Amino acid sequence: MNRYRFVLYRPLQLLPVLVGISIITFVLIRSIPGDPVRVLLGPRSTPSAIERIREQFGLNEPLWVQYLYFVKNLFHGEMGRSILYKVDVLKLIVSRIEPTLVLVGGSVLLALAITIPLATIAARRRGSLADHVIRLVSTAGLGLPAFWLGIMLIIVFSVQLDLFPVSGYGRTFLDKLHHMVLPCLTAALALSAVLTRNLRASLLAELNSDQATAARARGLPENQVFWRHVMPNSLVPTINLLAINIGWLISGTVVLESVFAIPGMGQLLVRGIFTRDYMVVQGVAMCFALATVMVNFLADILTVTADPRVKL
Amino acid sequence: MSDTVLSVRDLTVVVHGDGPPEAIVDGVSFDLKRGEILGLVGESGSGKSVTSRALIRLLPGARLGIAGGSAVLGGRDILALDENSVRAVRGGEIGMIFQNPSSHLDPVMTIGRQIAESIRFHRSVSRGEARRQAIDILRQVGIPDPERRYDAYPHEFSGGMRQRAMIAVALACDPDVLIADEPTTALDVTVQAQILKLLMDLRDTRGVSIIFITHDLGVVSQICDRVAVMYGGRIVEVGDKRDIIGNGRHPYTAGLVACQPAEGHPGERVRTIAGQPPRVGQMPPGCRFHPRCPKADAVCMQTRPPLEASGTAHLVACHHPVLNAQEVAS
Repeated sequence: MNRYRFVLYRPLQLLPVLVGISIITFVLIRSIPGDPVRVLLGPRSTPSAIERIREQFGLNEPLWVQYLYFVKNLFHGEMGRSILYKVDVLKLIVSRIEPTLVLVGGSVLLALAITIPLATIAARRRGSLADHVIRLVSTAGLGLPAFWLGIMLIIVFSVQLDLFPVSGYGRTFLDKLHHMVLPCLTAALALSAVLTRNLRASLLAELNSDQATAARARGLPENQVFWRHVMPNSLVPTINLLAINIGWLISGTVVLESVFAIPGMGQLLVRGIFTRDYMVVQGVAMCFALATVMVNFLADILTVTADPRVKL
Repeated sequence: MSDTVLSVRDLTVVVHGDGPPEAIVDGVSFDLKRGEILGLVGESGSGKSVTSRALIRLLPGARLGIAGGSAVLGGRDILALDENSVRAVRGGEIGMIFQNPSSHLDPVMTIGRQIAESIRFHRSVSRGEARRQAIDILRQVGIPDPERRYDAYPHEFSGGMRQRAMIAVALACDPDVLIADEPTTALDVTVQAQILKLLMDLRDTRGVSIIFITHDLGVVSQICDRVAVMYGGRIVEVGDKRDIIGNGRHPYTAGLVACQPAEGHPGERVRTIAGQPPRVGQMPPGCRFHPRCPKADAVCMQTRPPLEASGTAHLVACHHPVLNAQEVAS
């Protein structure tokens, strides 16, 4: 079981990554022209009032002192107070995390539910009409921007067919799911465009592999050869591709939550940037970074589990 | 113990290309007796591997098709079976051992489960019973500590152990016939000798018949009882090992034997047969060996030589067979 030893030390390796990301977001958001205090007080604010608020939030300190405060607070489990909302950033994030988690999780599950059958059909009926259609659609899918796809889905399924709500996030569990179908579908379609092509190629290679021939030669029916030997071997590269794309998906929630007006972390981030709410932007960016890093860590664990040859 | 297990008659495999279908296995006939090791010898592209794949109806490539012939095993013609019945033959009556155990074993499934899988698909036994039988087979092929090795993955085995594991997979359902397609080519010499000994032991203890495909005449002389020499998709000579090695009557067989580097003569140039083996789409008419044959004449270019008896259980397909030792003496 020492193949899993990386689980112990990998998090330590990820620490420098998080430090780097915290510095970059910290400096970037402050280098944008504008000032949260001016946004807060409005155009009629007096210079003395601005100065007072700046002092209150520690914004008149040198940049590196501000950063050290930020890091010190992080170690106490705090991310500072939002200048605009006047509440703790961590509380703000906790209140917004659920829709984003549902969006990311739902998109991944839906993407797999689309990818695996489509790639299976395309690979097992190579050269058939179905294969050509699947390849054409997934190639086209690569070129479509997610926000456009989202708007098209809203027009068709919400406006024309009235099947799903146009936007927002529900109250009850079922209501929430109902609201999340279209946003998840939007992200899932974009993801499966990438994944289907990759999985189809892996499946085709494995269908012609020696080990599949050997499985047929010991009398397994083609279905069993496929599900017991071809698919498990093909999924390993696709898992890794999916992990890479979850990073894309997490940043993509910013766009999707805007298109579908979902009160999640992406929306919080966008508002934070517009109002120069430094603490909120830093907090959300750190969460996104941590999530991306964790997903890749999880993907490593999955890969090691799926392929006994892999050593990390 | 000399009853026939497998009887192949006029097996023909064609490749469908741009032109008319061309036979890459052309009218191959042979008998395999119980407990016999039959060598199928020839250069790359001589059709020996395709012949073996045709016997389990798994031709390598969609453009290949069986165009005729029969292969009777246990009273049934394999070539006439439907897909469901032929699956019972694969891994059931015929076990397949491939050249490269590293690529022919599933890397993400344990060795034991691959054996147990074969058992469970051919016999209705419980999971536990399949495991017990699989461990038993691992022990028979000489894998130490089989209970523990059952749960090992192929990459955790050495090359020789992997080939033993592959033989165990082939033996899982106690087949009548083992087809070993160059099983020792990927192994080093000492391991090769161990695998050959294992195959001979299995023949002795289980009475299994083996079709041993190789291009290595040295291996043939160690393990085989009878030898069929293939050239251009046809059997050109078949007979007892002693009839073939050293006493071959087909010019091709004689050439092959002459090409073997002799032991104890370092520095000697390795001899070769001039020319190239025929390629698919360019099979010569008449005797397919005639462009490379020193004895070829007008007849060889037009008429296919029939496989005719040249002594007891020795057949040769040549218009001008090489004189054998007795004839030279007289």
